[in-house]
Amino acid sequence: MSSSNSNSDYEHYYVPDSSKLPIFASLFLFITVYGAATLFNNMSGMPATFQGDWVHWILILGFVGFSWVLYVWFSTTIRENLQGLPSAQLKRSYVMGMLWFIFSEVMFFFAFFGALFYVRNLAGPWLGGEGDKAITNLLWQGFQYDWPMMVTPQQAAEASGGQITAITNEFSGPDKHMAFPGFGAMFGWLPLWNTIILLTSSGTVHIAHHALKEGNKQKMKLWLGITVLLGIIFVFLQAYEYYEAYEHYGLTLNAGIYGSTFFMLTGFHGFHVCIGAFMLLVMWLRATQRDHFTPEDHFGFEAASWYWHFVDVVWVGLVFFVYIF
Amino acid sequence: MGDHGPAKGLSRWLFTTNHKDIGTLYLWFSFAMFLVGGIFALVIRAELFEPGLQIVQPEFFNQMTTMHGLVMVFGAVMPAFVGLANWLVPMMIGAPDMALPRMNNWSFWILPFAFFMMLSSLFVEGGAPNFGWTFYAPLSTTYAPPSVTFFIFAVHIMGASSIMGSINIIATIMNLRAPGMTYMKMPLFVWTWFITAYLLIAVMPVLAGVVTMMLMDIHFGTSFFSAAGGGDPVLFQHIFWFFGHPEVYIMILPAFGIVSQIIPTFSRKPLFGYDSMVYATASIAFLSFIVWAHHMFTVGMPIAGELFFMWATMLIAVPTGVKVFNWVTTMFRGSISFETPMLFSIAFVILFTIGGFSGLMLAIAPADFQYHDTYFVVAHFHYVLVPGAIFGIMAAVYYWLPKWCGNMYDETLGKTHFWLSFVGLNVTFFPMHFVGLAGMPRRIPDYALQFADFNQIASVGAFLFGASQVFFMFIVIKTIMGGKKATDQVWESAEGLEWTIPSPAPYHTFTTPPEVK
Amino acid sequence: MRGALAPKSCALVGAGLLLGSAAAVAEPAERWGLNMTQGVTEISRGIYDLHMLIFWICVVIGILVFGVMFYSMYKYRHSRGVKPATFHESTSVEIAWTVIPAIILIAMGIPASSMLMEMYDDAEDAELSVLVTGYQWKWKYEYMDEGVSYFSNMRTSRDEINNIEPKGEHYLLEVDNPLVIPTHTKVRFLITANDVIHAWWVPAFAVKQDAIPGFINTAWTIVEEEGVYRGQCAELCGRDHGFMPIVVNAVEKSEYNSWLGARQAEAAELAQLIKQEQSFDDLMSAGRDVYNKQCVVCHGANGEGGVGNAIAGSPIATGAMDQHLSVMVNGVAGTAMQAFGAQLNEIELAAVVTYSRNSWGNNMGDSIQPVDVYNFKQAN
Ligand code: HEA
Ligand code: HEA
Ligand code: HEC
Ligand code: CUA
Ligand SMILES: [Cu+2]
Repeated sequence: MSSSNSNSDYEHYYVPDSSKLPIFASLFLFITVYGAATLFNNMSGMPATFQGDWVHWILILGFVGFSWVLYVWFSTTIRENLQGLPSAQLKRSYVMGMLWFIFSEVMFFFAFFGALFYVRNLAGPWLGGEGDKAITNLLWQGFQYDWPMMVTPQQAAEASGGQITAITNEFSGPDKHMAFPGFGAMFGWLPLWNTIILLTSSGTVHIAHHALKEGNKQKMKLWLGITVLLGIIFVFLQAYEYYEAYEHYGLTLNAGIYGSTFFMLTGFHGFHVCIGAFMLLVMWLRATQRDHFTPEDHFGFEAASWYWHFVDVVWVGLVFFVYIF
Repeated sequence: MGDHGPAKGLSRWLFTTNHKDIGTLYLWFSFAMFLVGGIFALVIRAELFEPGLQIVQPEFFNQMTTMHGLVMVFGAVMPAFVGLANWLVPMMIGAPDMALPRMNNWSFWILPFAFFMMLSSLFVEGGAPNFGWTFYAPLSTTYAPPSVTFFIFAVHIMGASSIMGSINIIATIMNLRAPGMTYMKMPLFVWTWFITAYLLIAVMPVLAGVVTMMLMDIHFGTSFFSAAGGGDPVLFQHIFWFFGHPEVYIMILPAFGIVSQIIPTFSRKPLFGYDSMVYATASIAFLSFIVWAHHMFTVGMPIAGELFFMWATMLIAVPTGVKVFNWVTTMFRGSISFETPMLFSIAFVILFTIGGFSGLMLAIAPADFQYHDTYFVVAHFHYVLVPGAIFGIMAAVYYWLPKWCGNMYDETLGKTHFWLSFVGLNVTFFPMHFVGLAGMPRRIPDYALQFADFNQIASVGAFLFGASQVFFMFIVIKTIMGGKKATDQVWESAEGLEWTIPSPAPYHTFTTPPEVK
Repeated sequence: MRGALAPKSCALVGAGLLLGSAAAVAEPAERWGLNMTQGVTEISRGIYDLHMLIFWICVVIGILVFGVMFYSMYKYRHSRGVKPATFHESTSVEIAWTVIPAIILIAMGIPASSMLMEMYDDAEDAELSVLVTGYQWKWKYEYMDEGVSYFSNMRTSRDEINNIEPKGEHYLLEVDNPLVIPTHTKVRFLITANDVIHAWWVPAFAVKQDAIPGFINTAWTIVEEEGVYRGQCAELCGRDHGFMPIVVNAVEKSEYNSWLGARQAEAAELAQLIKQEQSFDDLMSAGRDVYNKQCVVCHGANGEGGVGNAIAGSPIATGAMDQHLSVMVNGVAGTAMQAFGAQLNEIELAAVVTYSRNSWGNNMGDSIQPVDVYNFKQAN
């Protein structure tokens, strides 16, 4: 790796002057999460320091403030870049920062995929009376493990009239699931279209990147624009899928572990798509309105496109493990 | 920029982008948290002085145990190491500052807010988190006090802080080394932090994931940790410990680095086995990802799992042993003097090893059926954490303080502090082995009569140890205020770039990188 | 201070510590209650031996490592004016101290693995199976094929805990209804929980198994000596985690059988009693006893509430009888309010409901008969 850098690199390593950004970022981040926690506790009827139908304003205040700080922060960074303050070395720091950030996101998803694997391969079968802890089924008589889990242990046990313990909530399975319907019905299956859209968008952003490197800005703007559009369509389709799930499938967050894993995995993915699409949109605006990027220097664009590829890869994982298998 | 000094007043600390300022902020924050967590520990020890309930009620006792663990782990030890990294990594590799200075300050300032949020729950209805620092579901979900939501979000932003801090450290190390400072020339403190930062980036998001699942279970009706809906409470433990075990090494690897700097200096002899130290650290980090379920031997895992996790855990003794042997061999045939940092480091090696031995005993799965959730475990982890992590930090402070503030600390006071701590700590934690083996469970506010004597001893030791830390604060402040001026070299045979710059270190160092041969 | 004094005293303290621990945990240890119990089963003795084996290996390694260290500190101290050597690596030595510990570890791991496999026998051949369920904060024992089941609560009084009365010999380790099992018999435990995670631990049997709500873990034992064995819940389970002891009475097979017979007869008798009419005053006084034993921890001595809602003035306790009964029998899902239908018998339930409706300012003036409770339970 870059074990020895040429001396001239270092002369200009840009150490910014003291800055008000971090403290405000911390303050508003704090207000945001404090507001979220207060709101959630209010929603669930749990006490919190602040009560009332206004508490969502704390969250909104925090969020708006935080967005504003981020806006100023990124503007500052871009301005510094346009002034030529950062050396090539500092840019490498940004690159590393972004890559390791994406790695941390991978690990975040890893936790949820891990939960899915655990439930599907261990806990589920045990509850259903298979495997090492098959005896557990004594508590959930009548429950058979199947994935997608259409009947929760609680439902099965209640139906079989046994004595049941350890109930914490009402969990009843969905009426219909989202899994792969077979090749015959494939084309009416939304996730297929979502997959096509997202994979295409990974391609289009790649084309845009190449165009930029070739110095063909028109082409870059076009393909980047298309990417953003595809991202937005994806989000809409995903929203439609959720609507279907809630309205017609009985598939909700409360629908037992299938609903939990389904919504958390696709939900966090969808959330990341929103972020990624927003980042790309900003890059598109920077390109069309401000002409920020040059063939040599377009890290902002690159970072957003890496993020987009990452989101795409997570989707492939979802398609396999949440939808198909 | 570059040549001017710090801003004046409060704004210096609020707005700074300087790695030394931020390091200082981290260190003071950490010390404050150490006192807070320590006071909680003293409440615990006071209650356990005698059988029966005397000072606090069980509800509050559980909150004390929980907050003690959380504050010490996330508030005292981790920020202290990040603070040391901030001060030292740039100076050790010849960098002008951290790679991303503004983000650096952000990483720090998140912490006071996060801890404000967590600690303030002590005063709200339902009380603070009371489910242990390991917050096992469903005690921490369905049965948790309302403050759990605030706790969850505090963990979220603390995690963000750690991740940003680690990204910064990695970028600094990979990108800002002075010419000629190859990886295999980096001081071991830099190496251990490099690896620690990877661990942090890999596991903090997993922690964020598991608390998010809790949040959903509590407020949005999911069933991750509820069998009735097809989930499993044990799933929580798997995810938590996937984070939790690497976390305990996060709390020890930087201390390994510190000791590896100090022992050679005072043995006047180069560190033995530099390369194997690096490989051992990397192996420990790698292994730390595949041993998590040794905290869960009694949850009813299938036997294949038990065996795998037992063997993998035992394996960690090998690279750790390599380190211990290297330190001892560094001392062998050296020319050893016993200044305070060295005393702390020697105590580190001895007492950490004792803690490691009890760790190895815990790793023996069948025996862990008897040890698990007793004070034997408490003894184990305090031996690796207090004379491990905390002594490592203290050794570092004594060792580098003259460089930071330009004054020598008073050696007699330092040694007194050492001996008081050393005695206090052993009196506190050694008897816990006995009561643990004799069957005293952990996390209980009251205990059966046969455990009384040793608990009494432990409580006395805790107050002695606590008092000596107040003494430590006094020594540090006294040194900062004045004292004998330190030379640039400070220690006659210390090696490394940080000793080539003046004491106290100027506000900006290495704005032009040094050339490393 | 610098120089000779420090290493010597350091060495002394260090060595003292090591020897101290070694000596302390050796033979007299047991008498002092310093060491792990050897217990009364083959498994528990096996674990004890394993524990001691690992312990002594660690002591020996410790003596070697610390020995070299103290020797260096003494022999090569700067104050003697020694010149340091300069060596800083040696591949062969480093390989040796990687390989040798690995071999030692394998030597430890093999007996440990075989011990573990012995413990993991699934005990389906057991003569007796007991379903152990952890509740906040008590245990329920259900003899699965014998039709006997009961709860086991801590018996130590609050006054002892609050230092008002002197503490008894088995302070915190005594229960009202111990688990009774026959000796020399393979007993299988099916362990689960109703609310949060608990852990059922009896050190003398070396049985410690987490009680996971919604899952069943198994463990087994063959107790060789008659006696009373005490343990505690070993997983943080909320406020009274420290107050949910376990007591097991291991008795001869014949004694066990007669105990079981008596229990079964009791159950039959109770079935008779339920059918009898109870007077209001009887219900009230029985209700007070039940309340003070079962409910007071959460609802307070005067029904003022605590962990649970206040009963004094509670809309439930002053509302429709059916709903009140339903709270008592089925509990409130997801809260500490358990389903007492399984824990209290019909007489007790009728009594405590009546008592709750007519105490601390609640004066509904009504009462309920055990037989009504019985019918309610059947209907739900
Ligand atoms: C700094 C933190 C730290 C460190 C470094 C360690 C190090 C180790 N820990 Fe520890 N541990 C904790 C912090 C730490 N631990 C905490 C906080 C808990 C409790 C969490 C909770 O439940 O709240 C815990 C709990 C814990 C358990 C669970 C116990 C239980 O709950 O039942 C286990 C079980 O295997 C374990 C094992 C080990 C092992 C094998 C090591 C090894 O890394 C030790 C290796 C070192 C040596 C062995 C000594 C030196 C080696 C030699 C001299 C070589 C020769 C030696 C031999 C061949 C024997 N630890
Ligand atoms: C790095 C981590 C760390 C550190 C440094 C410590 C330090 C100490 N711990 Fe800690 N401990 C944990 C991590 C740590 N602990 C964890 C993770 C747990 C598990 C929690 C759980 O079960 O969930 C635990 C649990 C734990 C228990 C078991 C509680 C239980 O099971 O119920 C006990 C009991 O004695 C204990 C004691 C102590 C003591 C006496 C110290 C001493 O070292 C503390 C020293 C004291 C001071 C530093 C106080 C100084 C201040 C003053 C004297 C007052 C002056 C005031 C002002 C100036 C304002 N700890
Ligand atoms: C471990 C704690 C605990 C114990 C023991 C306990 N309760 Fe409760 N109880 C609760 C909690 C918590 C609630 C509140 C449930 C809710 O949130 O609706 C409650 C609610 C109630 C209510 C409904 C009150 C209302 O107005 O909502 C009644 C009646 C009641 N308990 C009676 C009893 C009786 C009688 C006993 C003893 C036989 C008992 N409880 C034992 C915790 C307990
Ligand atoms: Cu039950 Cu602890
Ligand atoms: Cu561990």
